[in-house]
Amino acid sequence: MADQKKESISKVVQEQDKQKRNEAYSQYVKENTPKFSVLKNMLKAFLIGGIICTIGQAFIMLYTSMGADKETAKLYNTVTLVFLSILLTSLGIYQKLAKFGGAGTLVPITGFANSVVAPAVEYKKEGQVFGIGCKIFTIAGPVILYGIFTSWVLGLIYYILKQVGVVS
Amino acid sequence: MDTNQTKIMGKQSLKFANPPYILAASSIAGKKEGEGPLGQLFDVVEQDPLVGKQTWEEAESEFMRKAAVKALEKAGLQNSDIRYLVGGDLLGQLIATSFGVAELEIPMLGIFGACSTMGEGMAIGSILVDGGFADKVMAVTSSHFAGAEKQFRFPLDYGNQRPYSASWTVTGSGAVILANSNTQGENMNASIVVAGTTIGKIVDYGIKDSMNMGAAMAPAAYETIKQNFEDFGIDPSYYDKIITGDLGYVGQKILIDMLKEKNYDISSNHMDCGIEIFNQEDQDTHAGGSGCGCSAITFGAYICKQLREGAWKRVLFVPTGALLSQVSFNEGNTIPCIAHAVMVERR
Repeated sequence: MADQKKESISKVVQEQDKQKRNEAYSQYVKENTPKFSVLKNMLKAFLIGGIICTIGQAFIMLYTSMGADKETAKLYNTVTLVFLSILLTSLGIYQKLAKFGGAGTLVPITGFANSVVAPAVEYKKEGQVFGIGCKIFTIAGPVILYGIFTSWVLGLIYYILKQVGVVS
Repeated sequence: MDTNQTKIMGKQSLKFANPPYILAASSIAGKKEGEGPLGQLFDVVEQDPLVGKQTWEEAESEFMRKAAVKALEKAGLQNSDIRYLVGGDLLGQLIATSFGVAELEIPMLGIFGACSTMGEGMAIGSILVDGGFADKVMAVTSSHFAGAEKQFRFPLDYGNQRPYSASWTVTGSGAVILANSNTQGENMNASIVVAGTTIGKIVDYGIKDSMNMGAAMAPAAYETIKQNFEDFGIDPSYYDKIITGDLGYVGQKILIDMLKEKNYDISSNHMDCGIEIFNQEDQDTHAGGSGCGCSAITFGAYICKQLREGAWKRVLFVPTGALLSQVSFNEGNTIPCIAHAVMVERR
């Protein structure tokens, strides 16, 4: 392994053709850059994501026990989680959670809320219009755009399938 | 004409006929930098990242103003004593510099070299002084963690994971005063001079990952250091230390490996400011510190001190810069890099 690495950098240094040199260098850098352990990251994401979802479930049960029907309880739960995420983001805590939990904090709705609030806090100083207004969706924007677009495409497919009688 | 000819060394280097003296070098550091291994050595450690200002950009300007004023104070000079100010920073259109040095009213040359700015500034300043175009020149630069994150990465509160190869932008500013005589200043008894310089070329080995700046910049440092050896006909043993700006752990290894291929072994005397400035384990800074301020405040606080005290006699100071922009990155371009070498010696 050690010899292999040595060969790789020597190839980079000796190579006259820039294209080939860059390819060899990319390969060398790839081999020599420390990376996160995927398994460890997945476990952490599972843990934190699971905790967030469990909290969500607890809220749903709480709201149900308070007399809300299932759909309404789910809605209240979403609002509660978004609120908590915004609160934790503003207090600078969510970012620390995300550093540990990775995708576990990104995938639930709390991650979405974080990605909207963080730019709002950061760009507030550039004004209500050009700051918050223009930049609040710099991170969430692509999710919203392609989310809506995908829903539209799926809706269209569903409509066509319904018309030809594949689905009822 | 003859005297000018003798200053030109090899392909890219200059050897100064009247090496400019470094009268003073200041270092204003942020809180996190103050908690790092060099914490005790900085002139000032600012606890408030906003230093009483409203925005990150204004704060960075304030860091720079303080660094410039501190350097003047250490050199025992007034702002009107400085002939030219050569400065720059990381923010778009150098706004940290423009707002930061405005009130000093010193004729200014704005430069952009990303994190290599201090090397570029000291090189240009030395050329001006040695050439007789100025008696005193100040080189100044700054960077701010929050400002850099905002411009190049994500808002501060956004939850994401930084790769191990990512660096941590240093909050801080440093200024260096170069002069043609050595009758005052903090280095009065030591005579620290800029003996020569090697100006780097743009070097691009095709790296596109902006979270791995060390790997992108290492070839630039390699080319400039190798050129310095060749132009002066020396080898690594000529220097007590060869000090890169912000290659970090990833870049350091690559640089040492690459030079070894050319039979230059710098493994025993290489040092990287980005590695020195933070405690990697305790401070969670991953690959190390980066930014214009990284090499600048390490130079003012640590490198100058070592030279002044005689621990080192000759160092090669090589700040490295990644010259990408948000636009070039989004458009899928590679990261062009540069490194400028400044030969700093105790005489």
